[in-house]
Amino acid sequence: MIPTAFDYLAPTTVEEALSALAQHGDDAKIMAGGQSLLPVLRMRLNAPEMVIDLGRIDSLRGVRDDGDAIVIGAMTPHFEVAKDPLVTEHAALIPKAIEHLADAQVRHRGTFGGALAHADPAGDLGAPALALGAQFVIAGSGGTRTVGADEFFVDLFETAIGEDEILTEVRVPKHTGWGAHYEKFVRVVHQWPIVAVAAAVRMDGGSIAEARVGLTNMGSTPIRARAVEAALVGAAPTDDGVRAAAEQAAEGTNPPSDLNGDADYRRHLARVLTRRAVVAAAGG
Amino acid sequence: MTRIHLTVDGASVADDVEPRMLLVQYLREKLGKTGTVIGCDTSNCGACTVHLDGRSVKSCNVLAVQADGAEVTTIEGLSKNGSLHQVQESFRECHGLQCGFCTPGMIMQSVDLLNENPNPSEEEIRLGLEGNLCRCTGYHNIVKAVQHAAAQGSSTVGQGAQA
Ligand SMILES: Cc1cc2nc3c(=O)[nH]c(=O)nc-3n(C[C@H](O)[C@H](O)[C@H](O)COP(=O)(O)OP(=O)(O)OC[C@H]3O[C@@H](n4cnc5c(N)ncnc54)[C@H](O)[C@@H]3O)c2cc1C
Ligand code: FES
Ligand code: FES
Repeated sequence: MIPTAFDYLAPTTVEEALSALAQHGDDAKIMAGGQSLLPVLRMRLNAPEMVIDLGRIDSLRGVRDDGDAIVIGAMTPHFEVAKDPLVTEHAALIPKAIEHLADAQVRHRGTFGGALAHADPAGDLGAPALALGAQFVIAGSGGTRTVGADEFFVDLFETAIGEDEILTEVRVPKHTGWGAHYEKFVRVVHQWPIVAVAAAVRMDGGSIAEARVGLTNMGSTPIRARAVEAALVGAAPTDDGVRAAAEQAAEGTNPPSDLNGDADYRRHLARVLTRRAVVAAAGG
Repeated sequence: MTRIHLTVDGASVADDVEPRMLLVQYLREKLGKTGTVIGCDTSNCGACTVHLDGRSVKSCNVLAVQADGAEVTTIEGLSKNGSLHQVQESFRECHGLQCGFCTPGMIMQSVDLLNENPNPSEEEIRLGLEGNLCRCTGYHNIVKAVQHAAAQGSSTVGQGAQA
């Protein structure tokens, strides 16, 4: 299907994009890669009067080193993020999640910032961003502000980005030398996970020294499995070593029930996938 | 209406288009490039795959205005001087199609895959084509066709896609 008619702007700076947003308010919609927005417009689930395309703003694209963090421009497409040397070295969990996100064609267009701003609870990038303690840089007419991952994800398809604001970049604290794995359970490839688990671990002398675990599609936002993280400290990186910690993965979650599985089934998946993800991240 | 200028299969084109016009519509309805087909409403099937600045995209999920200034290669731009691209040749050789509806997208995605990875394993081929659905072949001969194209050498692969 074809979207309803809209006007179109393709600003080349963030300032121009912000003033267009301020001018058109509620009637405007930001477009990044369009890989989630265009299907919505084509189904006519939304009909903005104005589409503001960020695709021509070069400053929003690319990855840079900023001391103890790497900074990923919101408009960097998935395939570029996945093969970026800074990302692979300091935030290996992110390429692991992108590897199984959608398909090659969608990864060529869809962007890191677009996927996070979309905040689909089944989206593959929220849990890794949360697990790594990412910070979100949001620009508005009054300047920029930085929001932590804990506050960024508000609800289903809802983030801390205001209607007159734009996500410009995501700062990811360096996790250099950490092992990482994204365990995604799907019915068909190139689709959103029924449940997925993002795990990053730092090993020390044959046991787990620190762990970060994020859950995808276990509630209306990505969830950090803090009880699991705490219980993993000192554990051996084996199936048996992490089993008890992984048993706590579903605690405090509120997973949906749908045709792919009911909430209990998802809780079961969270426990099993957490065990697999942590063992794989630890290189076991 | 928004004015766009782009290169499609080596030719410069310019048109006034409605911002809501999809790239696939532009290719088919404005330029008559009906080699690129539409197989779904949900951006799942991959039949509409073309190359935008050298990378594969689903042209049903890109606006024509987003392609302003870009280079687009469709299935119709792959052959050179009347001879088929190696991947097209291999699909014919290995019987990589039955009804042929998925074929333009399969071939464009296979060219992209081989540009990135000239010697893919069988698993890498299957994963690389995960965004392209085929209702007829069961995929085996499609995978064989890509393996065949890879075996012919990466130097001949991708010649059209780079154009
Ligand atoms: C066939 C198919 C399969 C897919 N499979 C998966 C999958 O397995 N896993 C997965 O995680 N995703 C999947 N996706 C979605 C994909 O990841 C998209 O790339 C992503 O969700 C949206 O990124 P985008 O850049 O295309 O954003 P867009 O679609 O352009 O925008 C998405 C939303 O975010 C808003 N937005 C975008 N950028 C900004 C910004 N900088 N500031 C403020 N607001 C902004 C837009 O207004 C819009 O509401 C799939 C998509 C398709 C078409
Ligand atoms: S027509 Fe574009 S993916 Fe199906
Ligand atoms: S050959 Fe018929 S859909 Fe693939």
